[in-house]
Amino acid sequence: MTTMAADAADTAAYEAVFDAALAAEERIEPRDWMPEEYRASLVRQIAQHAHSEIIGMQPEANWITRAPSLRRKAILIAKVQDEAGHGLYLYSAAETLGTSREELLDKLHAGRQKYSSIFNYPTLTWADVGAIGWLVDGAAITNQVPLCRCSYGPYARAMVRICKEESFHQRQGFELLLALSQGTEEQHAMAQDAVDRWWWPSLMMFGPPDDESAHSAQSMAWKIKRHSNDELRQRFVDICVPQAEALGLTLPDPDLRWNETREHYDFGPIDWDEFRQVLRGNGPCNEQRLSQRRRAHEEGAWVREAAAAYAAKHGEARS
Amino acid sequence: MIAALALGDDALVLSHRLGEWAGHAPVLEEEVALANIALDLLGQARVLLSMAGDEDELAYLREERAFRNLQLVEQPNGDFAHTIARQLYFSTYQELLYDQLAAGSGPFAPLAAKAVKEVTYHRDHAEHWTLRLGDGTAESHERMRAGLEALWRFTGELFEPVEGCEVDWTALHDGWLTRIGDVLARATLSLPEGPRHTAWTAGGGRQGIHTESFGRMLAEMQHLHRSHPGATW
Repeated sequence: MTTMAADAADTAAYEAVFDAALAAEERIEPRDWMPEEYRASLVRQIAQHAHSEIIGMQPEANWITRAPSLRRKAILIAKVQDEAGHGLYLYSAAETLGTSREELLDKLHAGRQKYSSIFNYPTLTWADVGAIGWLVDGAAITNQVPLCRCSYGPYARAMVRICKEESFHQRQGFELLLALSQGTEEQHAMAQDAVDRWWWPSLMMFGPPDDESAHSAQSMAWKIKRHSNDELRQRFVDICVPQAEALGLTLPDPDLRWNETREHYDFGPIDWDEFRQVLRGNGPCNEQRLSQRRRAHEEGAWVREAAAAYAAKHGEARS
Repeated sequence: MIAALALGDDALVLSHRLGEWAGHAPVLEEEVALANIALDLLGQARVLLSMAGDEDELAYLREERAFRNLQLVEQPNGDFAHTIARQLYFSTYQELLYDQLAAGSGPFAPLAAKAVKEVTYHRDHAEHWTLRLGDGTAESHERMRAGLEALWRFTGELFEPVEGCEVDWTALHDGWLTRIGDVLARATLSLPEGPRHTAWTAGGGRQGIHTESFGRMLAEMQHLHRSHPGATW
């Protein structure tokens, strides 16, 4: 055989092993052979996920200095700290695929990799912190729990740790809203207003409808993704309706009602124009979020250079 | 409980300043570290303020002149070196103070015994960054020097005795100066030479005399709580 033919035969053999591993629900690990498209798709998804954790710190950190009680302030600081930690896990998981955190951050800062559209909405009142916990973290968990069984080992293991902490945040967000809902008239109104503003953007977190989702079919074949966007969105709506009732708050959708036949809640149409605008960079906070991230990175350059110079002089591991 | 307020306000105010870093840190690891320290300090503040009364009433409903924190901890963050200089000065002081309180039999012994572990971590973090910045690049050296210099005038106040704290203040001061001098020498920096006090007599912060940025910090911190009198959160 020629070298090229031998390579092709090797690749076919590797592919067969990879496909068999997927079929047997085995985990793919960093040193295993994998198709280049599988690798690229995972890098894209994990990076976007990591970026979302980092950008997602901003809307909540916006309220750290104004939290209305010391207990709530402590909970919020702990949450934002967890998000930075999740970003770190996820960048590490992405690095096992042969990229680096620096490279991924550069792409984020250049606008070449995305983060979740939800973080382009502003936090205008304290209740938004609760709505983010309940709805945004709730949607994230619905999306992420199936990722704990994702075919790529490092990503799946990162998700197990992340989902535990996210569930905790989600309960705290619910509890924050409950305290407001049962508080004074003004507090109740603040909670309702926040839910009204965050409900639809939360539903958009599941991505475009199945017939418009570019990566879905391939991701499901590779067992990165386990359920379709619409399936997960429906699951989320079904979970939220009774929770909203428990909170004593309404969801801003006149079409929302139980469907006996489907045994699911029907809900109204999503404004996909708004979704596309936000994805294109025209949401309320896209410019602000990316500018702040770039500024933190640029203003921190001298600190990172100092750490590297010190490490070089003293043989310390680079920080 | 003047001492509980003084120590509690130090922790509360510094925690608030560190909270302002969230989302702005130079590297992700520092997002985690600064938030972690802010959280430790907030935990200490809550215990201490609860010894003096209701934590939220004390944090949110006192005005500037009633706060008893050191002027050092209320200083704005500035750049990362400025923040690290403030951390170095304060965490070294706090570790030595809590060491003594933990060894004593006063009301702060149990809190100090627990918190000193956290504070040791804070001091270690500040020292490592002082070394990296001081002995890093020419720019970081200059920024670290400037931060240490700018905050030096607030360090005299640290050693004014606080009523109700059974502490050997002279030993605390001497230990602090030795430790800071040693770290700065290793960081290729030297102890600033300017005055240790502002034109105010020492103890300004402890007497409710603060610097201008503090009122603005409180306005932000207290605004929401004050807008809803009597509400629970």
